[in-house]
Amino acid sequence: MNTTQIDTTLPDLGKPASGLRRVLNTPSLLIGIIMFTILILLAIFIPYLSPYNPTEQNLSAFLQPPSAAHWLGTDQLGRDLFTRLIYAARTDLTIMVLAEIIPFCTGVMLGMISGYYGKWTDRIIALVTDTFIAFPFYLIVIIVAFASGAGERGIYITFILVGWIVFARVVRGLSASFRKQEWIASAQTLGLPGHRILLRHLLPNVLPQAVVVLMTDMIGLLVAIVTLGYLGIGIAPPTPDWGTMIADGQPFITTAWWLSAVPGFAVVYTGIALSLLGDGLADIWRRKG
Amino acid sequence: MTIQPVLELEELTLAAPSTEILVNSISFSLERGESLGLVGESGSGKSLTLRAILGLLPRGVEQTGGVVRSKVSSAMVFQDPRGALDPLCPVVKQLTEVVYYRQRTSLKAARRIALELLERLGLPASLKTKDRYPGQLSGGQCQRVVIALALACKPGILLCDEPTTALDVTVQRQIIDTITSLQQELGFAMVFVTHNLAIAANLCSRLVVMKQGRIIEQGETHSLLRHPAEAYTQMLMDSVLPLPELEGGGVSWK
Repeated sequence: MNTTQIDTTLPDLGKPASGLRRVLNTPSLLIGIIMFTILILLAIFIPYLSPYNPTEQNLSAFLQPPSAAHWLGTDQLGRDLFTRLIYAARTDLTIMVLAEIIPFCTGVMLGMISGYYGKWTDRIIALVTDTFIAFPFYLIVIIVAFASGAGERGIYITFILVGWIVFARVVRGLSASFRKQEWIASAQTLGLPGHRILLRHLLPNVLPQAVVVLMTDMIGLLVAIVTLGYLGIGIAPPTPDWGTMIADGQPFITTAWWLSAVPGFAVVYTGIALSLLGDGLADIWRRKG
Repeated sequence: MTIQPVLELEELTLAAPSTEILVNSISFSLERGESLGLVGESGSGKSLTLRAILGLLPRGVEQTGGVVRSKVSSAMVFQDPRGALDPLCPVVKQLTEVVYYRQRTSLKAARRIALELLERLGLPASLKTKDRYPGQLSGGQCQRVVIALALACKPGILLCDEPTTALDVTVQRQIIDTITSLQQELGFAMVFVTHNLAIAANLCSRLVVMKQGRIIEQGETHSLLRHPAEAYTQMLMDSVLPLPELEGGGVSWK
């Protein structure tokens, strides 16, 4: 019996691209990270950067145009606009992140269960998601915000109720397609328990996509927070928030347009940063996979 | 001493509810340590039969009749080795996990057993120090890992679903040699599904020929190949390409 030589060498991988190098090679991710980092750093260090208090009124210096003392001018109550803008980033971004945690976890779990086990679990979860999707998102948001009282609590409750749906739908589809792949069948026949397959094998495979969706979904959530603030059923004054700032600046739109435009720009800026982040992450994971 | 079959299929029938019958009342049995070749074209129901033995029918296919009797556990080696491994989990970790759950050892012992298994299957020793993802191994190496995974279950029957089809020719040969020597050593029975009669003839003492979900012929390998009763079997034999320059002398496998 002439045995051929068994291949005992491992394929040469070359020098594995380091994480940093991969980031540098993905412009969208790099720009996203830089934009978001600037925002976060400003939000963290604003108490040291600005001599002004975001809620302290100074009626002798109201509606001032941008100057060296007030970089973006002052609002109708004489508060420094730049300081308020960054403090508002603190408020809004914190709520944005906190309000996504529970929906993300429940959505991914329910999506995996629904896609992996199929049958009745899938039918029940699909029924719930379809029911929620039948209602316009803002209708639900406004109803819950009114029912639970305006403010942060309303946003958290609304998002715990409806935020998981988008993750559940994406992850359900992914899990269902992984379910058909052989390695899942293989893991089952090898006798691994279901929860182990779900958490140790399926989860890492669906997570990248879910995180990309998370980035996009955060933009939607941020816009929702700002919208509620603008409508006066979100974060209550005097806590700085981009939505209320836009609304407050509205009466002066012809004389001091920047009062409304600047917080609006901040929303757009954050949105672009997040979508570049999501895009870049998707890019990196696609190339790796 | 009467030889007890480790696996018996009796009038097994598989069907998709909406469409036609996919596997039509097939019966065969397998003895301890025996290897049986299941041959036929694509779509003849070989793989489905294998999956029925394993209890892993795809969604939408049901067993509508007959029984599968098996006294021992079975494990499967899949056609596409890369597809049969979790792409995001390093291979030693995957194997350790299966050893841990099937042999009920401690995690530490499981890892040791896993590494021994990999070494026995001729995988590079460097895996001990640095675990690799399936994507970082060659196809043949992946298939060795898949075989190790199956063996980690200490199966009485090894089910092989065209384990060499996705590999290139030289690697095919190595994998078959490996399976043969492991079978001699560990004494498991084997059902080997293939459309390549040459491979089946070399590995298996008995052949079952399937066509369109039915068994059309079965018997001891040598007599079956010498005197095929069915034109279909002859056709399968003719479809094995001989090496032109060795014609007349024939290709010897052993």
